[in-house]
Amino acid sequence: MHEAISARNLSYHYEGADKNAVDSVNIEIARGEFVAILGRNGSGKSTLGKLFNGLYLASQGEVFVSGTQITDENSAYEARKHCGMVFQDPDNQMVATIVEEDVAFGCENLGVAPDEIKRRVQKALETVGMSEYALSAPHMLSGGQKQRAAIAGVLAMQPDIIVFDESTSMLDPSGRRDIFSLAQRLNERGVTIVWITHFMEEAALCQRLYVMDGGRVALQGTPREVFSDAEAVQKLGLDVPDMTALARQLKQNGIDVRSDIITIDEMEVELCRLA
Amino acid sequence: MLNNITLGQYFPVDSPVHRLDPRTKILLTVALMVAIFVCKGFAGFGAIFLFILLCVRLAKLKLRFVLRGIKPIAVIVLLTFVLNLFLQSGGRVLWHWWIITITVDGLRTAVFMAIRLLMLVMGTQLLTLTTSPIALTDGLESLFKPLSKIGFPAHELAMMMSIALRFIPTLIDETNKITQAQKARGADFESGNLIRRAKAMLPLLVPLFVSAFRRADELAMAMEARCYRGGSGRTKMKPLKYKKRDLCAVGAYLAVLGAVLVLNIFKIGVL
Ligand SMILES: Nc1ncnc2c1ncn2[C@@H]1O[C@H](COP(=O)(O)OP(=O)(O)OP(=O)(O)O)[C@@H](O)[C@H]1O
Ligand SMILES: [Mg+2]
Repeated sequence: MHEAISARNLSYHYEGADKNAVDSVNIEIARGEFVAILGRNGSGKSTLGKLFNGLYLASQGEVFVSGTQITDENSAYEARKHCGMVFQDPDNQMVATIVEEDVAFGCENLGVAPDEIKRRVQKALETVGMSEYALSAPHMLSGGQKQRAAIAGVLAMQPDIIVFDESTSMLDPSGRRDIFSLAQRLNERGVTIVWITHFMEEAALCQRLYVMDGGRVALQGTPREVFSDAEAVQKLGLDVPDMTALARQLKQNGIDVRSDIITIDEMEVELCRLA
Repeated sequence: MLNNITLGQYFPVDSPVHRLDPRTKILLTVALMVAIFVCKGFAGFGAIFLFILLCVRLAKLKLRFVLRGIKPIAVIVLLTFVLNLFLQSGGRVLWHWWIITITVDGLRTAVFMAIRLLMLVMGTQLLTLTTSPIALTDGLESLFKPLSKIGFPAHELAMMMSIALRFIPTLIDETNKITQAQKARGADFESGNLIRRAKAMLPLLVPLFVSAFRRADELAMAMEARCYRGGSGRTKMKPLKYKKRDLCAVGAYLAVLGAVLVLNIFKIGVL
């Protein structure tokens, strides 16, 4: 069975830029994985995400999505069928004046039959918990609701992979948690998730991380592996998750907690053990 | 001022007229205009007016909604009236002063032309009051689709229209935000003469334009990501379908047109 996404020596060069925005990247993402991509501003995360669904075509190297290599407009179109993308600004990814119509947009583009579109739209809205807003106007929704509607639009196309490009960064904390747990639920249903983010708390909950720097993959591994080296992480312009930082400080103050804690749950267990 | 703007003037209720296929309504509106132009007398206008009244009634509208559309063109109606009144000659002279002469024919033509304009407005009002902008867009796209074979961008225009409709509220919100932000920094949009005020608007327009272009860019990307590549090969979730009521509407219209023609031929109530 082929990987969901695999990139070999993948590079992308914006016209007129003096260096590659994505530079010889090697990435393998298995089907059903939940992978986070981190990195400071301008490290090439968004560019990488757009290479995964053919919005950009590789300048060098190869990228395979669900087994097909993206080489030209046609294969890019095929890739987009398999790999959906949810963007940062929920306002700028809704096309229609009614939520339901917007969710249908992708299916309509694919030429799905009307009855099947209706079925899919209904199901997608149910999945994201937006059924009651089917007939609302996008501008009447909150940011989180818009983002959920946008996700429904991607879901209705029944992709194997969804790339989220900082999709929670414009939301309030509760909206952010909502969207993240929605992504987790989709992952449980077998959708491969690529989660681009600046929030370490979210990254800590992913299965694997890639940390980008200057267009290259600077670090990779499980959250525990990556965050265990706090200096390296900080050098790449990132923080370690709050709980990792807390564990470190507790340790410096002579409290003997494990140093590889990354989530609140783990911290809770650890503190209860000590108490 | 900007936040409670309703788009177009669609009056959202459920009625047989609202449920008509938008294509039927567009075509009938055009056909009604034809009838209005064909009509040669006041009795014919009476028939057309009855038809409009019937539609207003069925659409659960109030007559004053339909009449409201007259306001913006009141000047034009008045101008037509006055011009016809003074320039048309013939028949008995009613009033004469210096170089101005008002004749019976002049008065009759003036009234006739004014009524014709009012009828036209009422007809189009009926369309926009009972058809949502998006249904209107769908209808136009579908009607113009045959022309896309000779290169008419029917789908593209419809897409542009619906995106515009989608983003108008967003941009209005944004305008409000920027206005407030600029006001908080001491910008003054209200006082001074026109030039001063126009100048004050500049710091409002620049960020608005910058943001609109960024939005357009991102939206294009998002549309492409959702496999959009123009109108060919696209399906619709809710394809337009003619129903029995569309036939009824056409029937009603034909009756009116028939009446107008008969009245014309037998010169009943004709000038
Ligand atoms: N349209 C463009 N044209 C030219 N250069 C670009 C363009 N978009 C991005 N870049 C450059 O490519 C590099 C990578 O940008 P990218 O948007 O992928 O970064 P990012 O990791 O997503 O950053 P952020 O966290 O701010 O979203 C940056 O140096 C950026 O300046
Ligand atoms: Mg980015």
